[in-house]
Amino acid sequence: MAELNVETPRTSDADRMIVNMGPSHPVTHGTLHIVLELEGEVIVKATPQIGYLHRGVEKLGENLTYQQFIPLTDRLNYCSSLMNNVGYTLAVEKLLGIQDPPRSRVLRVLCSELARIGDHLVCIGINAVDIGAFTAFLYLFKERETIYDLFEMMAGQRLHSSFTRIGGLFRDIPPEFVPLCEQFLESCPRAVDEMERLLTHNPIWADRTKGVGAIAPENAINWGYTGPCLRAAGVAQDLRVAQPYLDYETYDFDVPVGTTGDVYDRYLVRTEEMRQSLRIVRQCLDKLKEIGPGPVIVDDYKIALPPKEKVYTRMESLIHHFKLIMHGIDMPVGEVYSATEAANGELGFYLVSDGTKAPYRIHVRPPCFPIFSSFDEQVKGRLIADAVSILGAMNIIAGELDR
Amino acid sequence: MAAINLDDSVMTTRLDAVVNWARKNSLWPLPFGTACCAIEFMSMMASRYDFSRFGAEALRFSPRQSDMLLVLGTITNKQAPILRQVYAQMAEPKWVVSVGVCASSGGMYRTYATLQGIDRVVPVDVYVPGCPPRPESIIFGAMQLQKKIEKETLMARREHIEQFYASMDRQEKLQLERGLTNYQVVREMVLAAGENGEQKIW
Amino acid sequence: MVIERIDEQLPGAILDRHAFRGDQTIVVDRAALLGVVDFIYREGFQQLMDVTAVDGGQRDPRFDVVYHFLNLTSQERLRLKVRVADQESVPSLTGRFKSADWAEREVADLFGIPFDGHPDPRRLIMWEDYPGHPLRKDYPLDGGDAFCSQDIGASYAPDARSLNG
Repeated sequence: MAELNVETPRTSDADRMIVNMGPSHPVTHGTLHIVLELEGEVIVKATPQIGYLHRGVEKLGENLTYQQFIPLTDRLNYCSSLMNNVGYTLAVEKLLGIQDPPRSRVLRVLCSELARIGDHLVCIGINAVDIGAFTAFLYLFKERETIYDLFEMMAGQRLHSSFTRIGGLFRDIPPEFVPLCEQFLESCPRAVDEMERLLTHNPIWADRTKGVGAIAPENAINWGYTGPCLRAAGVAQDLRVAQPYLDYETYDFDVPVGTTGDVYDRYLVRTEEMRQSLRIVRQCLDKLKEIGPGPVIVDDYKIALPPKEKVYTRMESLIHHFKLIMHGIDMPVGEVYSATEAANGELGFYLVSDGTKAPYRIHVRPPCFPIFSSFDEQVKGRLIADAVSILGAMNIIAGELDR
Repeated sequence: MAAINLDDSVMTTRLDAVVNWARKNSLWPLPFGTACCAIEFMSMMASRYDFSRFGAEALRFSPRQSDMLLVLGTITNKQAPILRQVYAQMAEPKWVVSVGVCASSGGMYRTYATLQGIDRVVPVDVYVPGCPPRPESIIFGAMQLQKKIEKETLMARREHIEQFYASMDRQEKLQLERGLTNYQVVREMVLAAGENGEQKIW
Repeated sequence: MVIERIDEQLPGAILDRHAFRGDQTIVVDRAALLGVVDFIYREGFQQLMDVTAVDGGQRDPRFDVVYHFLNLTSQERLRLKVRVADQESVPSLTGRFKSADWAEREVADLFGIPFDGHPDPRRLIMWEDYPGHPLRKDYPLDGGDAFCSQDIGASYAPDARSLNG
């Protein structure tokens, strides 16, 4: 374990030992620093220290226009960046009081669900690697590479897609997208089954995860848990069902719920969510066929850029383009909080507009921030090895934790 | 007495060449993953890109046992002293690959919190551009490093290594004198370098 | 509506209220905050989603501390605001909501708003002896780092900082 020169609390108690986990440590996802006070191998107190990836995103957002903030949202939860794009643009659209075209709404659902699958694949794969099961990771990453290929087709970038725009999407999907997506819909369930065969009934995996990090539902709610961690504790709260956005109420899917909230339940919930997301992707492809070709961005040149061929040939479109780039969108004065169900839980954006082109205040409510704040309570009285599996199941993404 | 033909059993070369050949083909990486680039690094290690092909599959998370420091992701001012510490703990020979624009120049984060390029605080050998770079780019960066190692003489890196350790001494002295945390000391050293028109603190 | 019931039960606690795009906001008197929070907790707003702040710049009082609550039964959301001047403190909600712990520490760190009765008032994001509170409007974006201003991209909205005052 890398012990670094960071101030550690001194204690006179001879039996007590201080171990620094991080900031450079294989299982600290991103950069976290946890000071563990141990008695033997039992954790007496854990003090997480965060802020090692605080990049000043919120301050930077106050100095950029609404459109320019989209690439920064990619880098919040970099395991499922498309979902952050969708969440942010929905917040700005709520502020503007507009809705994107139907085809764009279906595509947004499609890419959100693909991103959710990708996020869960990484979360489970890395959780297994941390505990010592390397094989599942290799199987899962093969599927994640296909998701990367799909994103690359959509947006031109594997990881940081910046695919959405205020009022719609950057562009429509290419014709090659649907066949590859169909192929993915066939191969991904096989990989999930394979992973389940490797993990679900594996006695080592069960020993390391069952009963570890169990949390009561009332306690989870009080800690501000959302997403798979809350559902694993037995609370069927999913914003896609509870407060539907992007017409999620028209899709047919189930919300898996656990019973104890331990690491094993979180794993099962995530696994089932991947299957449900695959169902939604299937329905999205059918809907796309039903809707047929159409615009993917609003037809309002005060919000969305006019198409390039019009900019080059028509005076009016050129002026719109210029106005939008130089002066930004005319924003109403007001404040909104918009929440979406991201892979980790409720991803909220709080925007305060003073009517200028840059937001007056932009605040991200990251799902893993409140979850990680309960780390001390979760690991207290447990072994140091349990801290590793709990940390993995919380799916801490430092980018959104520290912003 | 019959003449002994040594042609088949003896090869003459420079010491540098032999040592560098051995070094470049067994790089032990230390992934210092902080942000998004670490996800691409995972892809690079996983099934499709398989970094093991370059003799660099033995990941070591301890600085003592590794010789290629891969800095993957944004290094913030809070992380800077830790990066310096990790680099200082690495044994010779050691090289640094700065992966991604955040590590190389601060990238899109020109803010109070982000270090504007890790070369301000540690010596860097190879920069890999991209946000994040594709796994192919990171592999290409590692290959460029192999080329660089091939041409190196054993004494060539002495100067900047010595400079770096002198700056660590300076940091320690300043910390004792002023009674500050290591974060604040490195931050103030970087700020002073920026004001004096210097490019780095080492 | 919960807001009417707060008004009935705790008259004078709500200083101001408005709704925008379906988001209900109430501005609550600083002294009445704990009472209002207790009341809405009993009304079902059992999840404190988020605590943040907005720096009003020259405005008096300077800061808004913003709380977002969620009612898991009725799926209603409520935004609660408390106005505080510089150096004025806000009562901590950690007694009622565990999620307030880190969220309040973050606000205290980045805005310099102290929270009364917080069990662990250390800085969360920046280090202990970091000078200043970065999310205040008078704190420069680059934090005085000369390296930040070198070849700065043209895409940065140049007048945004002065607009935000």
